[in-house]
Amino acid sequence: MTSEWGAENLYVSYGKIVALDGVSLSAPPGQVTAVVGGDGAGKSTLLRCLAGALAPDSGIVRRPDKHRLGYLPASSGIYPDLTVAENLDFRAVGYGMPARLARERAAEYLERAGLTSAAGRLAGQLSGGMRQKLAVIAAMLHHPELVVLDEPTTGVDPVSRSGLWWLIARAAAEGCAIVMATTYLDEAERCSSVLVLDGGTMIASGTAEDIVAAMPGSLRPAVAKPDGDAARRAWRRAGQWRVWDPGGAKAGQGERQGGDPITPDLQDAVTVAALAWGGAA
Amino acid sequence: MSSLASCVEVTRRFGTFTAVNRVNLEVGPGEIVGLLGANGAGKTTLIRMLLGLLSTSEGDVTLFGEPPSRQTRRRIGYVPQGLGLYDDLSPAENLEFSEAVFGPGATPLPDELRSYGRELVGSLPLGVQRRIAFAQALSHHPDLLMLDEPTSGVDPLGRARLWETIAEAADGGAGVLVTTHYMEEAHECGRLVVMAAGRVVAEGTAAEIIGGRQVVAVEAASWSAAFNALESAGLQVALAGRGLRVPGADPAEVRRSLGDLPAVVREVPATLEERFFELTEQAAASEAA
Repeated sequence: MTSEWGAENLYVSYGKIVALDGVSLSAPPGQVTAVVGGDGAGKSTLLRCLAGALAPDSGIVRRPDKHRLGYLPASSGIYPDLTVAENLDFRAVGYGMPARLARERAAEYLERAGLTSAAGRLAGQLSGGMRQKLAVIAAMLHHPELVVLDEPTTGVDPVSRSGLWWLIARAAAEGCAIVMATTYLDEAERCSSVLVLDGGTMIASGTAEDIVAAMPGSLRPAVAKPDGDAARRAWRRAGQWRVWDPGGAKAGQGERQGGDPITPDLQDAVTVAALAWGGAA
Repeated sequence: MSSLASCVEVTRRFGTFTAVNRVNLEVGPGEIVGLLGANGAGKTTLIRMLLGLLSTSEGDVTLFGEPPSRQTRRRIGYVPQGLGLYDDLSPAENLEFSEAVFGPGATPLPDELRSYGRELVGSLPLGVQRRIAFAQALSHHPDLLMLDEPTSGVDPLGRARLWETIAEAADGGAGVLVTTHYMEEAHECGRLVVMAAGRVVAEGTAAEIIGGRQVVAVEAASWSAAFNALESAGLQVALAGRGLRVPGADPAEVRRSLGDLPAVVREVPATLEERFFELTEQAAASEAA
C-alpha cells in the first residue's frame, strides 16, 4: 500500500442511479491529476468522496485530516457578503493558521492572481474569474497536502484561467497533491495524469501519452460522413471527418486501406473511449 | 461576397468607457467565425449590437443588408450561454413557444429529444438541455447562428456531435458566429477574430494568428525545481504536462536561470492560447500608454 492520497474501487449510488462504479484514482504529491468528463459523468461525486464531503457506499479513500486538506466545491464556497480579504481571514481561522502567516500568504497569492486591488471588495461583486481565483486561493492558503478542485476553470476567461493555473502549479511545486475536475482536454493535457469518467465508469486513465497509446484500432480520414454503421464511429474535427476503425492497424503499422491512418491525440483517444463505452465498436 | 452580418467601424461607449472601439467584422454565408477575447474585451457588447439589443455610438451594424430590427431578428438563431430555455416547459412546449415567436414552418423536435415527452426542461441533464437549445435555435432555419460558449460543460464526444450540427448548418449556407474562451473550440472555426480592449487585434486562421511564433519549452528531471528556479528569476512560467513553457523568454536566459538543474531547453511553436495572451497583453500595454 502506498502512502499516496487517492481512492480505490469507489461505488456510490443515488437511489437507482449509479454515480460511481468501481472508480480508483491516485494523487501523488507534487503532481496535478485531472478528472475529465461531461456533466453527469461522476466528477463531482468522486471529488466529494476524496474531500470527505460524501461517504462512498463502498471502497477506500485515503486523504489527510481536514486541516491538511483543501477543497473547492463546485459551488465555490465563498461568502458573497464578505470582502475578498475577510473571506481569506475567515478561512485561515478555520484552518488554524497563525494570523501573520495567513496575512503574508494571502498577500502573495492575491498579488500573483491580480486581486490585490480587489481585496476590499465584496466577493459577491467579483467577476466569475476573480471569484474562482479567490476560491482557489482560499482552498490552498494553508499549504495543504491534498487539494481537491471541482471545475475551477469552467466558464472562466483565458486570462483568469492562466492566473488559476499559476496558483495550481505553485502549490504542486511545493509538493501538494492536486486533483482537479475539468471538461476540457487541453487542460487535462497540462496535468501529470488524467482519469476520464463517463456515466460513473472509468473509461480511460494514465498519462495523456498512455491514454493515446492505449487507444484500440485506428483512425482514418474521410471526405464525408460515412453511411450506415460507420456513421456512429465518425466525427468531424477542425473541418475534417475521421472514422474510428475498431480492428484497424495503428498509424505506421500494417497495410493501408483508404487514407493514411491519422496519428491520434488525447481528444481523439477520449472520443474513441466514449464510443467504445457507448457500444459503437 | 454578400455579408450576413457586418460591422463597419463600430464603436460603443458607456459614459467615458469605450467597450467596443472601431470594430470591423463580417460573417458570410457558410462561414464559421470564432470571436475570441478575455472578459471585458468587448465580445458581449458586440454581440448585443448584432442582435439589435444595443445601439452603436458610432459606425454601422447591418444584418442581411439592413439595420437590426424585429424582422432581422427572425432570421437569427441564438444560443446564449445560459441556453435560454424555459425550465418549467417540456422540450416540445419550448419549441412550440419558439414557433409562436418565429412563425410557422419550424422543424419538429428530433426523435431522440422527443423521448423526454412531458418532462420539464429544468429536470433534464444539462447535455440534453444543450441539445434542445440547439434544436430550438435551428428550428426556424436561421440564416445566421450566434452561439455564446456553445459547448461549455460537454464531454468530448458530445462536443464533436454539437460541432457536427453547427457545421451542417454552415454547409447549408448559414453563417455562424461563435464566442469561446476555449482554444480547442477555436480550431473548429474557419476564421478567428481576436478582440482585446475593445479592438480587433488579430484576424485569420489559427495558423495565421500564431504566425510562426515560438516559445521556450523546458523538460526538466524535476519540473518543480525548474519551476521554482524560473519563478525566482522573475520569468512567467506555465505548467504543461510534466514540462514547463516560458512564453516571451529568451532560451539563453532560461538556460541561465536554471543554473545546473538538468533540463532540456528548446524553442517550440507557440499555441493559439499563448499567442492570444501575447496579443491581450500588448493591447493592455498600449491602452495604458
